Amino acid sequence: MADDQQIARTIRDYITREYADALQGALIDASTPLISSGLIDSLSMVSLKMFLDQTYRVRIPDAEASAEAFDSVNSLVALLRRLGVR
Amino acid sequence: MNDPHALPAVAPLFNGGQPSYETGALRLALGLASDKPFNLGALLSDRLCVQGHGDRLALVWENHSGLRKDFTFDDLRRYSDVWAATLADLGIVAGDRVCLFLDRVPDLYFAFLGILKLGAVAQPLFSQFMADALEVRLADADTRAVITTARHVEKVRSARVRLPGLSWVILTDVKPGAAPVLGKGETAINAETAPPRAFTPLAANDDTPSLLHYTSGTTGRPKGAQHVHGSVLSQFATTRHVLDLRPEDVYWCTADPGWVTGTSYGIIGPWAVGATQAVFEAGFSAPRWYEFIARHRVTVFYTAPTAIRMLMKAPPPAAEQLVSLRHMCSVGEPLNPAAVLWAERVMGRPFYDTYWQTETGAIMIANVPGLPIKPGSMGKPVPGIEAAILDAQTHQPVTKPGAPGLLAFRPPWPSMFRGYFKAEQTYQSKFVGAYYLTGDRGSVDSDGYYWFVGRDDDVINTAGHLVGPFEVESALLRHPAVAESAAVSKPDPTFGEVVKSFIVLRPGYAGSDELRLDIMNFVRKHLSPLAMPHAIDFVDKLPKTRSGKILRRMLRAQEWGEPVGDLSSLDD
Repeated sequence: MADDQQIARTIRDYITREYADALQGALIDASTPLISSGLIDSLSMVSLKMFLDQTYRVRIPDAEASAEAFDSVNSLVALLRRLGVR
Repeated sequence: MNDPHALPAVAPLFNGGQPSYETGALRLALGLASDKPFNLGALLSDRLCVQGHGDRLALVWENHSGLRKDFTFDDLRRYSDVWAATLADLGIVAGDRVCLFLDRVPDLYFAFLGILKLGAVAQPLFSQFMADALEVRLADADTRAVITTARHVEKVRSARVRLPGLSWVILTDVKPGAAPVLGKGETAINAETAPPRAFTPLAANDDTPSLLHYTSGTTGRPKGAQHVHGSVLSQFATTRHVLDLRPEDVYWCTADPGWVTGTSYGIIGPWAVGATQAVFEAGFSAPRWYEFIARHRVTVFYTAPTAIRMLMKAPPPAAEQLVSLRHMCSVGEPLNPAAVLWAERVMGRPFYDTYWQTETGAIMIANVPGLPIKPGSMGKPVPGIEAAILDAQTHQPVTKPGAPGLLAFRPPWPSMFRGYFKAEQTYQSKFVGAYYLTGDRGSVDSDGYYWFVGRDDDVINTAGHLVGPFEVESALLRHPAVAESAAVSKPDPTFGEVVKSFIVLRPGYAGSDELRLDIMNFVRKHLSPLAMPHAIDFVDKLPKTRSGKILRRMLRAQEWGEPVGDLSSLDD
């Protein structure tokens, strides 16, 4: 079972790597606002959702895939936990 | 010898007929004489100062971190003069294209006005564009200078290698006193800290080029819709009568000035009226948007159906947060009836939908105050605009209420685009007889209300922004696994439409979820989040005509559950 920090690290590393062009050097931590700050466009949530679906073998329901739930690494960890990711 | 930077002549208003738009009263209201030159940049800033309103608040700017800055019309005047004078120092001359590749920072607004004062042509581009999308648009426009910030400059630098005509890259966020890391052909301007500069604006007229807005079509690369200083007459009229904006209002338009709504109604219209604009340099967050409205006592709100649908998914606002609002409008894509009804229930008033395009420059059809709203309808043509539904075969107006056809407008009107940059043939193809064809299909009911039916071409309208299938397919061809692809629109409950790609893989590649994600990210990183396919089907082959053209409409019809139509040209 992965602890919160492990999940957070995996997500943060993925975002830092795959969204480097959008972040343009901005350093992010687990609480950095991503969507609400404009660092990542809300349309990009779809590919991030697919990554989470694949990595954690869940299917995040559309109703749960809100800008608020995707706004930080911490909120994503909380979302995955709510969906039963262990 | 021809000047490589020369702007092609701007076509006069198409058709050369009698203006259908009554401009006399508008000119009077703006203090413009029909036979006297004026300048749009000065009209939006200096004019109010001359009238004694220089201390009126023009811009209340706030960023995600809570930093707030207020600017008066006199500030707009001074800082835009700095921009105009400094650009002139750099050798930028009237007609040169100057790209604004910026987030919604204050300098975006000052530089926009400065470019117009100089007589140069502002070329705003959405800052979320990646290097490939940026390069195509800068190359097409022969752009002389790009104004940007440290956050986006690497994308510009990467594109610049192949842009010999790009003379200057100008950074706006180099701190005073800091040693800027500037390369060759790069400089920094900070209008707020620079010494004041006096500048005499170019004496322009109605037909002087002002803006080049890039938009997407079905075929070929994005094309630049050329606008002119005289567009302000349409934008001023519709800002007053459709958005119902008055000088005492605080107005928030959520559109990015990289798109036409963000300039026509995020800069030109409101400052022509003399209203205060609130600008939030941040991304989407329902609670923070409601807080922003409350904190700045926003009275008029202009946003997009995608944003409204995202608000609908979030917890509702507190009742006291929205008490300042008196009018709300939407634009960019059809506003679904559920959103109209939700807004009435949760926000206390409906959204008034408006319809127009990059090419029209200003609102053409709208629900206006006083007109009963039919939820789902785009409303009625605004005064001075003659709209029609044309039969797709004969191009004659359809008279039967509710019968679908091609949505068209009868030119001219002041804000109508004057051409596609260096694409005269494409421009001419937008007109049939006496009408400009929008590329949309619609219908008109027996009460004169217009209804959106769908696109008449393969362009994808995602979150209110047009994506050309050709641009997506071209990017995909650069992915090592992709042999061939077709991009079509797919319905989406939040974004209205999204891009879906059908992909034939190269030998040796097998379709998988991992490859799907890799391809999605590939497009996002090369073009933009807008162009990224939200769904990908791996297929053995694509439907084509006998001449080898991909039948996108067949794939699109399947996605929308519509009849596929005539397939007699389908190969095999």
